[in-house]
Amino acid sequence: MSYIGIIITYVFISNFILTQFLGLCPFIGVSKNVESAVGMGFAVTFVMGLASLVTWAIQFYILAPLNVVFLQTITFILVIAALVQFVEMVIQKIAPPLYKALGIYLPLITTNCAVLGIALISVRSSYNAIESFLAGISGGLGFLLAILIMSTIREKLDSEDVPKFFKNIPIAFITAGLMSMAFMAFDKALLKNLIG
Amino acid sequence: MLNTILYAFISVSLLGAFFGIGLAIAAKYLYVKKEKKLTDLEEALPGYNCGACGYAGCSAYAEAIFNGIAEDITLCSPGGAETAQKVANIMEVAIDVSHEKKVAFVHCKGGKDTARYAFEYKGITDCNAAYSMYQGNKVCKYGCLGLGSCIRVCPVDAIAYDNQGLVVVDKEKCISCNQCVTVCPSGVMKMIPYTADYVVACNSKDKGAVTRKACTVGCIGCKMCEKKSPDGGFKIENFLAEIDYSANGERKNAADACPVKCIVTN
Repeated sequence: MSYIGIIITYVFISNFILTQFLGLCPFIGVSKNVESAVGMGFAVTFVMGLASLVTWAIQFYILAPLNVVFLQTITFILVIAALVQFVEMVIQKIAPPLYKALGIYLPLITTNCAVLGIALISVRSSYNAIESFLAGISGGLGFLLAILIMSTIREKLDSEDVPKFFKNIPIAFITAGLMSMAFMAFDKALLKNLIG
Repeated sequence: MLNTILYAFISVSLLGAFFGIGLAIAAKYLYVKKEKKLTDLEEALPGYNCGACGYAGCSAYAEAIFNGIAEDITLCSPGGAETAQKVANIMEVAIDVSHEKKVAFVHCKGGKDTARYAFEYKGITDCNAAYSMYQGNKVCKYGCLGLGSCIRVCPVDAIAYDNQGLVVVDKEKCISCNQCVTVCPSGVMKMIPYTADYVVACNSKDKGAVTRKACTVGCIGCKMCEKKSPDGGFKIENFLAEIDYSANGERKNAADACPVKCIVTN
């Protein structure tokens, strides 16, 4: 698959949130205002890009030669946890306001299945280093896109007269469902039409 | 086979060690210094993370005090006067610590034997769920629903069922975090002073005759308590007696005279 194909695939066609339903926790949790949603989006993009690159290296330079591929999941989790810790420290150091806005959801990227998902998917699709990195970045951008749309809608919803029992989370779930259906418009046929 | 086990062991241990050491080094270079006052404040607060102060937890409140966002530094009700004093010492300000300790109390004695039920509720065990169905299964719409939502939110396990299907608060354990008051749909859980001697254990604002039909221990608003203990601070409003605890008169006569015996000792 070409690089453009990979980008379109992971941003639109198999969007991690709206099509594969991975990483939903921050999607609902941090989408209350646009600013922190964008911050979260970029943090996840960064972690996903870095994680897919590092896990690719571990897969092909450590696990595969030693014949211990069955350790994939556990080592990937280890790598991701360490990376997230590192990102957390960096953000706390260089951008304290963002650190505060992200709050508990930043360490929760550790267990975000989108990050582990992209690592496993890249390996399974036997991408090379650049392709894995690109898949990671575009997966993160897909996340960013989804959470950006979601937070914009939720900010608008705040000023709407939502029935009391639908306020906050319930209406957010319904919105997410509708968004997910809208993203069904992006499918493999579209990719074929676009890049042949 | 043995090789595989060995490789698995070595590779994961090495990776773990590598990342661990890497993080330790990173932590040293990227260390963000915390102010001493802030850590002191975090230590001074009790650490229940109950949220009674209105902040996400103890450290959030400590931060708010430290940054001057929280103007009131006496909001920690579990800690009470002692914590407030400690916080005041750290922040080097003077405060008035005459706050009285309050505890939650279930203002209802209408249990299995005394209250009448309108229908049988077989929904999920949650007071708010039951309340959304005709305001609960009792004829009285003000009482304790007895499904234990307060028991589940209590951070210190101070609330338990009694043998009547009602709940009781252990006032020694209660940290006055207000969470049970917030979760209770009928508003029967209210805060009273820790030192209160007598409590009107009813929340029914229905007229006397209506209350009498619904429950044998409901306050009927007969004003007997007002007459028998004029200095006790009793006041009937909406057919329900309430005690103003700033009045210090005796309340025993009223409790003895109450025809439905809903004035009980705390």
